[in-house]
Amino acid sequence: MHEGGKDKTVGRRTFIRNGVQISIAVGLGGIATLVATKAGGDEFVWQLDPSKCTQCGRCANSCVKSPSAVKCVHVYAMCGYCDLCGGYFLPETKILDTAAEHQLCPTKAIKRTFIEDPFFQYTIEEDLCIGCGKCVKGCDAFGNGSLQLQVRQNLCDNCNECAIARNCPSDAYSRVPADKPYLLNGFGKEKPDIT
Amino acid sequence: MDLGKKNRTSHRKRKPVKKGIALAVLTLLFAWQMASTYAIQRFPKPEFESGYITPETLLPTPRAEILEVMDVAVLLMALSLVTWAVLKRRSRNLVFWISVFSLAYFGFYREGCVCSIGAIQNVTLALSSGSYIIPWTVLAFFMAPLVFTLAFGRTFCAGVCPFGAFQDLISWRPQKIGPQLNAVLGVIPYIYLALAVLYAATKTDFIICRYDPFVGIFRFDATFGMFLFAGVLLLSGIFIARPYCRFLCPYGVLLNWISRFSRHHMTITPSVCIQCRLCEDSCPYECIEKPVTVKNPDSRQTTLKKFILAILLMPFFMLLGGWTGSQLHESLALVNGKVWMANELLHPEKDASQPETIEMTAFKASGKPASELYAEAAEIIREFYIGGWIVGGFIGLTIGGLLAGRLMTRYRTDFEPNRGTCFSCVRCMDYCPIKS
Repeated sequence: MHEGGKDKTVGRRTFIRNGVQISIAVGLGGIATLVATKAGGDEFVWQLDPSKCTQCGRCANSCVKSPSAVKCVHVYAMCGYCDLCGGYFLPETKILDTAAEHQLCPTKAIKRTFIEDPFFQYTIEEDLCIGCGKCVKGCDAFGNGSLQLQVRQNLCDNCNECAIARNCPSDAYSRVPADKPYLLNGFGKEKPDIT
Repeated sequence: MDLGKKNRTSHRKRKPVKKGIALAVLTLLFAWQMASTYAIQRFPKPEFESGYITPETLLPTPRAEILEVMDVAVLLMALSLVTWAVLKRRSRNLVFWISVFSLAYFGFYREGCVCSIGAIQNVTLALSSGSYIIPWTVLAFFMAPLVFTLAFGRTFCAGVCPFGAFQDLISWRPQKIGPQLNAVLGVIPYIYLALAVLYAATKTDFIICRYDPFVGIFRFDATFGMFLFAGVLLLSGIFIARPYCRFLCPYGVLLNWISRFSRHHMTITPSVCIQCRLCEDSCPYECIEKPVTVKNPDSRQTTLKKFILAILLMPFFMLLGGWTGSQLHESLALVNGKVWMANELLHPEKDASQPETIEMTAFKASGKPASELYAEAAEIIREFYIGGWIVGGFIGLTIGGLLAGRLMTRYRTDFEPNRGTCFSCVRCMDYCPIKS
């Protein structure tokens, strides 16, 4: 205090203001340093862990984007190329063809192409996919789990607070560093056998 | 498992039965062999004879990081530019066009995310959680406006914040609502800030982002409820200038505190105030303080009484607020998903006809023991108990402080902007007849 008193040109208010300014500056610097020790060079992105996903269908409607930035992704390396695909056909389907009434997908976003007897390739047409996860549920229940819901990072707005993550009942979403945006569950590692 | 495989393989074929059975057995053996080796897939990937090549699973990458860095650069440039426009050029026109740019870039192009307001929560989370890693850009978005405000006042609000710019552009017929209502509504941002920090620190939710009325408009995709909220806010914004900034914005609280002690805050007049009173009604935000030329309006004894009252008010309100907050901690904690789930498990709905919630199904599917969940929920509720005291105490202190502030009068000879609440929008300068 006495320093301000000595200098006659500096008034009481100015002195207090200067003091507070310096304290705020130091405080801000402190907070910044403290937070910076936890700051990473990477941006974060939202990631869906397919092993936690219960295919409840909320990804389709909760996303701030419409249609959702979450899409079904086909991990071909995990696919069994089944004729009777649990992700493609409605349960109880007898005739295995591409008729719309036999398909599980509400938007007909899965394309079934013949490769060689008895194998078929299933391709997701991402423009049509709404991320409802119906096919994922089917593939998970009857197949290898090669159909997986994933946040398509090119479509994702990367909201600070992901609206789907907030709505997800199984806590499958997390912020991860942007250099490893996808987690293809079971791809190259063991997948628990549920039968 | 074997049965499933057999059914499965037989489904695959539409071949003559004999050959089918033989193939099925073979496939089954093969599958069993594979299963024992890899134990990964129920249906191993076939070995194709037609030379089919498995397509690559495309994994598109997120927005390039260089663009995020560009956002920070644009933020710093806009801040510098608007500060120059406010303090040096003193030009409302320039501030107006910078705010149009900010609205277009940070608002409609970048879709209002990440913003400095929401960054409060990221910083809180980074400080309270060991695992959360805050991106540099978010930290920059949080710090840069604070630093600028410490030096130059709230120029960020004037023309960089897209939310502020939006409301500034639509305030066509601003009406005065009076200092009393202004003060009462002005408490809301403090409550909002306290709750936002509480929920971010307990890893519960980012409520600022969740109840952000503008992001839905920038993206043209808000839910009905948020559209309604945004609609009411924007319509009222035509008559009450900047309702979000004044009566909701939690970042504004921080800027308000810092701006009070800013080094070079804007002034209405470039040199001397001649008391012409032309600027008196120019501020749509009611931030211009009128001169109080009486140095000591009360007797010495009254002043002393007021001072003692003010000193006593704050701890009283602080304790009252803290106690109220601690009483409400369980209700506050119910917003947390884990606490909610534990509550559902402990007190199941009496009505059995209600279908099971998706959350409950997901929890049961996860195979996590209920005791583990209870332990986690208890820990979170304990955090909320402490948080309730802090939040309540903070809100009490705010109310006490505002009341105490109203008891005091401050000597002032000229018309001056209130450094805390002034958005540096430069409107008042146009009214000042002194131009140099």
